[in-house]
This record gives sequence, structure tokens and C-alpha cells, in this order.
Amino acid sequence: MEEKRSNSAGGVGGMVLCALIGFVGALVVGWVIFPKLLYSEKTQPIRFSHTVHAQLGIDCEQCHHLGPDGRFAGLPTTESCAECHGEETGETTANGKEIDKFVKDYVKTGVQVPWLVYQYQPDNVFFSHAAHRGFECTKCHLDVAKMDTPPAYYENRLSGYSKNTMKMWECERCHASMGTSNACYVCHK
Amino acid sequence: MSGQKMEFPITWGMVIDIDKCTGCGACMASCQTENNVEPQREASNKLRSTSWMTVYELTNGKSFPDHDIAYLPRPCQQCGNPPCVSVCPVIATEKNENGGIVSQVYPRCIGCRYCVAACPYHVRYFGWFDPVWPEGMQKTLSPLTSVRPRGVVEKCTFCHHRWTLAKDAARANGKDPDNLDDGAYVTTCVQNCPSGALAFGDLKNPKHKVHELIKSPYAYRLLERLGTDTQVYYISRREWVRKLGDNYLKSE
Repeated sequence: MEEKRSNSAGGVGGMVLCALIGFVGALVVGWVIFPKLLYSEKTQPIRFSHTVHAQLGIDCEQCHHLGPDGRFAGLPTTESCAECHGEETGETTANGKEIDKFVKDYVKTGVQVPWLVYQYQPDNVFFSHAAHRGFECTKCHLDVAKMDTPPAYYENRLSGYSKNTMKMWECERCHASMGTSNACYVCHK
Repeated sequence: MSGQKMEFPITWGMVIDIDKCTGCGACMASCQTENNVEPQREASNKLRSTSWMTVYELTNGKSFPDHDIAYLPRPCQQCGNPPCVSVCPVIATEKNENGGIVSQVYPRCIGCRYCVAACPYHVRYFGWFDPVWPEGMQKTLSPLTSVRPRGVVEKCTFCHHRWTLAKDAARANGKDPDNLDDGAYVTTCVQNCPSGALAFGDLKNPKHKVHELIKSPYAYRLLERLGTDTQVYYISRREWVRKLGDNYLKSE
């Protein structure tokens, strides 16, 4: 009788243990393994240091500016980078080597850098930077001015979009709190 | 939604002078390139072709000395009380933005085609096949309009992207984006009409030309008796053309 009782107690303990292992396993799969499978990690073609440039007193708008027609010009071209970085430095520091790599691969060959844009929106979204000029850049964008190395870019293997892209609910929540229209065509095209 | 008319401070409208239209089709061609409509495989098959802007030929049905024809360009009429919106089961099409343009959101559309059936103006098109651009022609695609996959309904948007661009340009130049100058925002068909038959602007803004044009005694709208309250007006000095714009009893 006593043996049987201890067996059944052990059975319950075993079941609890199995459930716990299963629960932890499911958490690991859901939070670690699946995201790893879903997103491919990519690094920027050039280790551009926003910190160095921000410390020189360059504002965001000097490189990422609006065009005269109000359209956002996006990322600077190789030519505008080459205004400062036109020649190889020959320095042996990590930053110097990275500049030389940029000059050799892109400035000399006249090719645009295939930067990975963390915030690229899907094809059917129209975002106006001109309409959002009153906000700090960091309200939506990563505060890259504090980053010496650009953060990793996570690309969704299924959709091809960046993991950091602003989601529709985020746009809608801010619009709702500001009293701005959430009509479809305000953002969609 | 259904049955209740929505009023907006800005009401974008088009005025089409049928007597000036030569039926050249520049509006149709410019619309197709502007809005990424694929080159049509068989444009004469009206059930399988897509043309957000279509020019219809009207005739008075009389023989020679009295024979007369007219051309009627037909974009989306952007109804004030749109029959397509009230039938959409997934709210993929709505009329809720200032300006009164009826929206169509392709990722939300489930392709049930209720709206195609409901629209009395036949402005809605269903994509039966994925669009195909011949080799090299995909370079002509515009980034301002999203490309539709098969299985969704599409329609004229009054080149809504041109409005957003016009608002951005106004902001960049320190002007009020909600009070655009006449001509700051026009659709591509209006811009490309060689005979000046098409005009576009805010129907409620006295500074815009269309505000005056719709007061003409020759101005009318299509199927006005349905109560759709469209934002597209037509002008014709010929009575038989105006009569074709709606259904009349023989005694009328």
C-alpha cells in the first residue's frame, strides 16, 4: 500500500516535471528559436558611425533632408558622402580602415551603398516626413546618434520587411492621440 | 456608411466638358501609366480588362443628317453616398477622409466583388490574373501607386498620391496644405487632356475654377436620381447628351 502511494506521488511529480519542461520548451521555441528562424540577421555594408558624425556637430537634417518639393530625400548619396570622404586616409585605425573601404568600394567605383533601411515601409504605405517635421527623429527612429556601430538589421524571411518597421497600430495610436484622421488614404496608396 | 451623406470641408471634384472631348484616349493612357495598370492583353474584352478611366462613345441614334456622337470619359465618380462602401464586408473601401475620395485598400480586400456589382457606374475592376509587365517595361512602374495582386478590386483614386505630394510641397514652401492653390493638385488625366475638356479642383473652394463650372446650367451628373451625389460633373450644351446621363420616362 505504502509503496503504491509513493509511486502515485512520483507519477504526479513526474507529470508536473514533464509539464514544466514542456512549458519552458514551448517558451524557448516561441521566444528564441522561432524568431531566429523567421528573421535573418544582416549587417550594414559599411560600419558607419553616427556617433563620430554627431560629435562633429552634424545635425540629422544635414544628411537626411527634405527635397525642395517636400519629398524626403532619404539616405545621402555616395557623392554627398564623398564631399568629405573623397580620398583614402591610409590610417590603420578601425575607423580609418572602414573609411578606406568605403572610398575604395563605392567612391572610386561610383556605386551607391546598399544601406539597409530599418524603417522601410511596405509598397502600399505613403509616409510624409514633411507632415511629421514637428517631432524628434528619435520618436520613431532608433537613436543611432548614440551608436558607434549600426545595429543589426533583421529581415523577415517571409515578408522581406525589416523587423523594426513601424507597425500600423503604432501609426494609428499616435494619430488617434493627436486627433489626426485615421482614414485609410491618409497613409495608404 | 450607407444612407448617410458625409460632408467634408474639402470636396475634390472633376468637371468634364463632353462637348470639348475628342475621344482621343490620352486620359486613359496617362491613367494606366500613372497608376501601374498592366498593359492590357486584350482590351476589347471588357470583362477581363482594367481601365480606371474609360471613354464611352455616345450616339443620339439618329441617321445621317441628324446623326451626332459624343465621348464621355468616366473616372470613379467618388459618390457622396457611395453604394460600394455600404456593401463592403471588410471595410476595404471607405469614404471617410477629408476631400471625399473613396478609398480602396488592396491588402484588406477579399475579392468578393460586392462593390463591383453595387457600383452603378462600372468603375470598379477585379484583377482576375496577376499583372504582368513585358520584359523591361517594369522599369516604367511608378513608386507612387502600389501594384495590385490578383484577386482584389481596384478603381480610380483621383490620383490620391498626387494630393499627398501637393500637400508635402505646400508644407515645404510654408503654405497651408489644407488650402491648396487651384492646380496644385490635379489628376493625371486632367493634366494630360489635350483639349482641356477635364478640370479638377475643390468644389467648395471659391478660388478653384471647378467651383464656378458646376454652376453652369449645362452641368449635370450621371444617374443623379439614384442619390449617389457624385463628385464628378459633366457639361454638355446638347440636350440629348444630358438626357443620356440618367433614366427618363418617355413622357419626360
